Amino acid sequence: MKEYHEQGALTEAVYYILLSLYEPMHGYGIMQNIKEMSDGRVLLGAGTLYGAINTLLKKEWIKSVSNDEASRKKEYQITAVGKDIVNQEIERLEELIKNGRTIAGGGLS
Amino acid sequence: MKHVVRKAYFNFEKEEEFLNEMSANGLALIDYSWCKYVFEDAPKGEYIYRLELLEHPVKHQQSQDYIRFMEETGAEFVVSYQRWVYFRKKAADGEFHIYTDNDSKVKHYKRIRLLFLFVFAVNFFAGLLNVFLGNLSVTSGRPPINTYVAMVSFSVVALLLVFLIIPINKKITALDKERDIRE
Repeated sequence: MKEYHEQGALTEAVYYILLSLYEPMHGYGIMQNIKEMSDGRVLLGAGTLYGAINTLLKKEWIKSVSNDEASRKKEYQITAVGKDIVNQEIERLEELIKNGRTIAGGGLS
Repeated sequence: MKHVVRKAYFNFEKEEEFLNEMSANGLALIDYSWCKYVFEDAPKGEYIYRLELLEHPVKHQQSQDYIRFMEETGAEFVVSYQRWVYFRKKAADGEFHIYTDNDSKVKHYKRIRLLFLFVFAVNFFAGLLNVFLGNLSVTSGRPPINTYVAMVSFSVVALLLVFLIIPINKKITALDKERDIRE
């Protein structure tokens, strides 16, 4: 947990990109998947996505997977480190939601 | 049919607005060179246009990779001018934005600011040099043409500062403040 606090919260874009990549996916697939998961609320721009992918690759939270098909599109997949990060984030979000519901009753009232 | 419009823009967001208005009226941009826009007829509102200043020259591998990525997401590379790239996407495919969070918007604005600062610096030093050369001309009895050139350079410097650099600074500061409280 200590290590976690140094990293802070994930951005919404990063969180959803990581979730999308539990299945190998290319850039456009990620954009579509995030749009669907969020019911059209989160529309990720391709420029923003590209920057995030490169940062996540450098951090090794995701990796690019080679596909032998004729398609030249690069596909990406989450790594074990990335999954740890997601799990830590879920814990953090659960704490936020629990406290929010207890105090503000948000979403339930 | 092709339509040529000559126009100068120093604000890429205003330029986007212009291109999107033209597109709404059935004129789709197909080419651009210095202050010259070439449009062709297209169904009204078929395309949404977005502009971007790249980090590297267009021919650079990283820029090529990026442009290919954009194309994979359904955007079409229309034309580039220096490091500026003009993308478009069919409006039927939904909204089209290149940068959708404060972080990436700030990064893009900072690239543009760097470009402005570069032009600023070039003009500033050209101005100083010409002041010096102008003074030299005066002392040797020739007309101080360089002094007039210097005045042009310094005017450019002042205009850049007032109309481009200060406004973009304000945008960056506003986004940075927003970032303090939300993504």
